[in-house]
Amino acid sequence: MDLAAAPSAAHPAGQEGRPVYQLRGVSKRFARRNVHALDRVDLTLHEGSFASIIGASGCGKSTLLKIMAGVLPPSEGSVILEGQHVTGPRRDIGMMFQQATLFPWRTTVENVVLPIEIRDGKAAARAKHADARALLELVGLAGFEHVYPSELSGGMAQRAAICRMLITEPAVLLLDEPFSALDELSRDFMNMELQRICTERNATALLVTHSIPEAVILSDIVYVMSPRPGRFLDAVPIGLPRPRTLHMMTEPAFGRLVDRIRGQLDKGAFL
Amino acid sequence: MTDATSARPLGAPEQTVWAEHESWVDRIPRSVAMAVIFIAFVSIWQFVHEFEIVSKIILPSPWETAQELVVVGGNLLGGGYLLPSLWITTQEVLIGFAIAVTLGFILGTIVGETSLGERAVLPYLVAIDTMPKVAFAPLFISWLGFGISSKVALAAFIATFPVVVGTAAGLHATDENARMLFRTMGASRLQTLVKLKIPSGLPHFFTGLKIASIGVVAGAITAEFLGGGQGFGHLIRTAASQLDTPRVFALILYLSLLGLATFWFVVWCQRRFVFWHKDTARHEPVG
Repeated sequence: MDLAAAPSAAHPAGQEGRPVYQLRGVSKRFARRNVHALDRVDLTLHEGSFASIIGASGCGKSTLLKIMAGVLPPSEGSVILEGQHVTGPRRDIGMMFQQATLFPWRTTVENVVLPIEIRDGKAAARAKHADARALLELVGLAGFEHVYPSELSGGMAQRAAICRMLITEPAVLLLDEPFSALDELSRDFMNMELQRICTERNATALLVTHSIPEAVILSDIVYVMSPRPGRFLDAVPIGLPRPRTLHMMTEPAFGRLVDRIRGQLDKGAFL
Repeated sequence: MTDATSARPLGAPEQTVWAEHESWVDRIPRSVAMAVIFIAFVSIWQFVHEFEIVSKIILPSPWETAQELVVVGGNLLGGGYLLPSLWITTQEVLIGFAIAVTLGFILGTIVGETSLGERAVLPYLVAIDTMPKVAFAPLFISWLGFGISSKVALAAFIATFPVVVGTAAGLHATDENARMLFRTMGASRLQTLVKLKIPSGLPHFFTGLKIASIGVVAGAITAEFLGGGQGFGHLIRTAASQLDTPRVFALILYLSLLGLATFWFVVWCQRRFVFWHKDTARHEPVG
């Protein structure tokens, strides 16, 4: 399937933002293990849009995310963020993982300003405490600034992790199954929170997940990925109106989208 | 009709009331249980002494030992001739411990952080660690003489290894996700070490320190047994050679206070610096 033009063609008309992140022909081979992890992946993230990549475990989506985060070099292809090649970790990339990974010897606010402390030193981090408090308020953690992570619940810890990701004001958010360690109820709630935060900040985001409903409810476009070698099978534009609500999950349009993606995934499984 | 049924609203279900069985042993307060064990121990001791199951020359009565404890304690508190000996041993322990912690931390960091250290230095450390380190005592004495330095050397030598192991294990214990996070934040190697690996390795480091705090006293006393000097080890050996067993027991008890103090100091530091670790408070039987 020719998908080179799919992202822009598939994107809802009229909402097209400026391209922020562009991948062209990105391949990755692990020579030592003789694994072809990614095969000529093309991807464009537009400003203010929310994209998802969905695929089975081991389809190469984490490899793709690592390349985009600048912690793994591609074997081929170009990786361009805000007009510059990504050749290492960059401060305009915000990342979030399945585990909140807050450091228990730091208070919540100290955890949030950690990226600043690493890049610009302790004084700069201290100057950012006010910003950090504002972010904590945004995610509903006002009053927990000076609490240690051991006193936070899983959902609260992930919210603090969101703040840590946002504190550097990144151009793009890379989300690696951010809420998959949470229970179903917290997860739905956090997804709605994530939508609200992304809308408020006009954030450009890429979510990697293996939950189809999660991908559909959050995204403007969902990329379906097949394994060995990892490549995009389909780009599914999600035309559901915004803001999305959990109620939409029961609507027929939602079901049709989930169905279409599931069909693609099943096809991919037998390739 | 009983009160219980009349108090219940009509149609409400009966209450399922039953008590979990709790053993009467579990209900004894800890202090009482400990006292009972102590009394049992002393009684057996007295019994063995009374009926000469062990010769009275070798095993003094609990009462004699208690008296000697008071004598030695009085001497120490009153600044008698025993006090300088205790001070010498304390110095050996403190200096030995300081050396062990410093050296152990440096070596542990080299082994835990650099691949050269892990591949080339660690095998030697493991090899030396498997040796009975007390056997090095005569060597240290012939190198450093009969003064305090040979005792410090053995104490430090014994206590260094647990610190190395604790430090290296701590540096290796860093969570994979956390390391990934630091990489995406663009942290340098030094930043990753100082802000991530060392703090998250502190629980392991303190485990090493606790083992070291016990080993350092053992090292100092062993060296004193073999290398003379004026320390507590020398006093114990002299008392033993005169078959003054109550004195030996009393000296060992006061010596154990030194070991306890060192151990407690480590535990106190751990509580202070690793307050965030969930096991810090729970698994500590002492303090």
